[in-house]
Amino acid sequence: MSQGNMNLTLKVWRQKNEKDTGKIVDYKVSDISPDMSFLEMFDVLNEQLISKGEESIAFDHDCREGICGMCSMFINGQPHGPNKGVTTCQLHMRSFKDGDTIVVEPWRAAAFPVIKDLTVDRSAFDRIISKGGFISVNTGNAQDANNIPIPKTDADAAFSAAACIGCGACVATCKNSSAMLFVAAKISQFALLPQGQVEGIARAKNMVAQMDAEGFGNCTNTGACEVECPKGISLENIARMNREFFMANIME
Amino acid sequence: MSKLDSKIPEGNLEQKWDKYKSSVALVNPANKRSLEIIVVGSGLAGASAASSLAEMGYKVKVFCFQDSPRRAHSIAAQGGINAAKNYQNDGDSTYRLFYDTIKGGDYRAREANVYRLASVSANIIDQCVAMGVPLAREYGGMLSNRSFGGTQVQRTFYAAGQTGQQLLLGAYSGLERQVGLGTVEMCSRHEMLDVVTIEGKARGIIARDLVTGKLERHFGHAVLLCTGGYGNVFYLSTNAMGCNVTAAWKATKKGAFFGNPCYTQIHPTCIPVSGDHQSKLTLMSESLRNDGRIWVPKKAGDTRKANEIPEEERDYYLERRYPAFGNLVPRDVASRAAKERCDAGFGVGSSKMAVYLDYKAAIDRYGKTQAKKLNVTNPTAAQLREFGKQVVEEKYGNLFEMYKQITGEDPYELPMRIYPAVHYTMGGLWVDYNLMTTVPGLYCLGEANFSDHGANRLGASALMQGLADGFFVIPYTIGAYLSKEISVKPISTDHEAFVAAEKSVQSIIDKLFAIKGTKSVDHFHKRLGKIMWDKCGMARNEKGLKEAIVEIRQLREEFWKDVRVLGTANELNSELEKAGRVADFLELGELMCIDALNRTESCGGHFREESQTDEGEALRKDDEFAYVAAWENKGDYTYELHKEELKFESIKIAARSYK
Ligand SMILES: Cc1cc2nc3c(=O)[nH]c(=O)nc-3n(C[C@H](O)[C@H](O)[C@H](O)COP(=O)(O)OP(=O)(O)OC[C@H]3O[C@@H](n4cnc5c(N)ncnc54)[C@H](O)[C@@H]3O)c2cc1C
Ligand code: SF4
Ligand code: FES
Repeated sequence: MSQGNMNLTLKVWRQKNEKDTGKIVDYKVSDISPDMSFLEMFDVLNEQLISKGEESIAFDHDCREGICGMCSMFINGQPHGPNKGVTTCQLHMRSFKDGDTIVVEPWRAAAFPVIKDLTVDRSAFDRIISKGGFISVNTGNAQDANNIPIPKTDADAAFSAAACIGCGACVATCKNSSAMLFVAAKISQFALLPQGQVEGIARAKNMVAQMDAEGFGNCTNTGACEVECPKGISLENIARMNREFFMANIME
Repeated sequence: MSKLDSKIPEGNLEQKWDKYKSSVALVNPANKRSLEIIVVGSGLAGASAASSLAEMGYKVKVFCFQDSPRRAHSIAAQGGINAAKNYQNDGDSTYRLFYDTIKGGDYRAREANVYRLASVSANIIDQCVAMGVPLAREYGGMLSNRSFGGTQVQRTFYAAGQTGQQLLLGAYSGLERQVGLGTVEMCSRHEMLDVVTIEGKARGIIARDLVTGKLERHFGHAVLLCTGGYGNVFYLSTNAMGCNVTAAWKATKKGAFFGNPCYTQIHPTCIPVSGDHQSKLTLMSESLRNDGRIWVPKKAGDTRKANEIPEEERDYYLERRYPAFGNLVPRDVASRAAKERCDAGFGVGSSKMAVYLDYKAAIDRYGKTQAKKLNVTNPTAAQLREFGKQVVEEKYGNLFEMYKQITGEDPYELPMRIYPAVHYTMGGLWVDYNLMTTVPGLYCLGEANFSDHGANRLGASALMQGLADGFFVIPYTIGAYLSKEISVKPISTDHEAFVAAEKSVQSIIDKLFAIKGTKSVDHFHKRLGKIMWDKCGMARNEKGLKEAIVEIRQLREEFWKDVRVLGTANELNSELEKAGRVADFLELGELMCIDALNRTESCGGHFREESQTDEGEALRKDDEFAYVAAWENKGDYTYELHKEELKFESIKIAARSYK
């Protein structure tokens, strides 16, 4: 068993509810093991708070293995912290040093209001999907799965786009709070598959309209989203989406 | 004598489902519009059920406790989904999938259900591909398959190591489509805390809005629980942090029987525990056993590094003990074999509670074939390794990456260390062939029910079951009930049954806050988990189970005297959420031990030390125990056993051998 040996100062955003103004509060944690995940370090902090009779810090998390997309901390100015290609729950304390001070804030975006402490409301993403992030096929309508051969490269590219976990880091890191990478990934996934192409134009139009209605900002191609995306969703998807959207406008 | 009627249709096994479908009562489209269905859970089972029912015209309301239905724990499934497509032309068929599942479940599952599951399996793949799920393909554009434990054909469809994610996102897209069309109302960040029954029928639920803390009453003509498994009763498991038994457990208090609670699956390939801080365990997909070789040193207590131990001093114990299936024996067998080696002192790593999973041979082998494919003549050793690593990365890249993240070690260079961990629960609410519990109008789908996996689930079959239940079974079977409900007008949620249910939920919440104890919820959860793992885990015996029952009772009393829940009820309060869930685990844990104590045979995931062969293999007792144990919750922590006899008409029940 590894022994804890790090002492850290945490500056954590505390906000009682959506209306509260919120502030940064300082906490100390000690005996943190490098093998702990960042969220396990938060478990230690919360245990500490509870034993002192203070309310624990609210943060979203569930799978703790980088796939559900629920965890969402903004750590030292970066969504999901300093490491590339990982979510907060996969970030391990070996990425920090004894004595470090770590600032932890929630995702910040007009379309993601804070619910409490580090927890934000990302339901805007669901609403975008509900406007077109699907193929309209009812249960029972399908033909044999091998009737439509799909070139492996297309299938692989569709899969890479579909790997988005809907975490919102792309929005949190973008100075415009744009949801372009998230939306583009979904549009690309379907644009790459023959089954998806049928509704391609309507999909792009409707999803983009909803994205705008939710209050996400415009994309100015800073590329910050791609850098911070824990799943390596690439900017190429945005180019592909722009093509789809361009088509959608021409067809108008 | 039995209160249990499994409602299995008459006729030949092969024809039961077809006959059922063509004779089951239907609800006409106009009536469907006035029938409301509540679906609790948005995993594969819940999402597929909700979208299919909404497409048919029913009014559907869906609940999940995460912030989005897309985050249900199905998302974490890695390895794959089975289907009897026989695309590989290797002799697969509906019957063979059925047979493997019954045998894999150690002859403790219901034949008719399993056959139905196998027969709709192929439709699932068709449906998912039509919905745009990017399953893995070969260069010719056709779907790819891999093999999985417990079978000798390649029938597992996959999407790298993220099959569950891709399938769930597919089901979620179908669900969101209906939300967009206004046929489904989605209630995320809501937790169901009680079932409401009126005149013996399920008529709705009480749910807590997790953001405002408000208790809400929701009416439905039928209620579907699709709430997943209860592996978190062990505290440490491969389940997500929020997975819980609350919905199913509350249902037992309204008359739903709980089937086979003791059947838990301990998965052989997980990353070992690294310290007391550990909050969950991470699974390394079983598909890794396809290409990886499992071994320990031949010498007990060997302290050399893995790479320093020469080939002839390694014990590939699965290949040695089970030559026919080798590293691909079913999960229960592989898990117990690992425990046996570690208990005997051959374990590796700092804790000595781990075995090696080695990819060196696979990298070598793939390197050679890849060099040939690429027409590289006389490749260097370094090139071969590089080619081999590329193939392995393509197949298992994300798993290797995950291992590296968690352990800080590079699995391409060093063998991985693995150890079994709690993973899946075969037990769950007892349901009949219609997926209805013992409460009329209350259904249970997916991992939350007990139905298809007997005492041990084969890999890649839970995803199949969840989608089978939701896409292809419930849309038919619910008609049998709802066709008789068409004249029932929506019941006002002011009805006394709703008022009473809400009051009882409120009183539990008040009680939790009133304790003002000294210890956190996690403190109790960890202690419960330890009791369960030590005494109701991979191996069980009478003495341990009896002790566990006493210890759980004491712990439960202590919990209700000393738990500390801070904050208030009318806000987002994760401590309150956890407290409610752990309170239910503290009751379920006892029932699991009672069930395990009752079953004095070994079968599947349930290994009773008193019942083993001379070679240490599990010994079933078919004369005594070929039944489903369905427990009725009689209140005051007492339970009555009801038995559903299992009749095997198409399969000859036999000792399970993988040698
Ligand atoms: C790490 C891992 C890997 C796996 N890999 C595979 C694999 O490769 N192949 C395979 O076949 N199977 C695999 N399994 C098993 C399989 O993933 C699950 O059994 C299956 O996905 C369960 O689906 P479900 O729909 O029944 O439940 P879940 O997906 O767990 O969904 C449960 C839903 O219920 C909701 N819920 C629960 N309680 C409440 C409540 N009280 N109120 C409101 N909502 C509630 C949740 O919010 C969630 O939406 C794996 C499991 C794990 C843990
Ligand atoms: S695109 Fe990347 S950062 Fe954005 S939501 Fe998807 S996974 Fe998260
Ligand atoms: S908790 Fe699921 S991705 Fe982090």
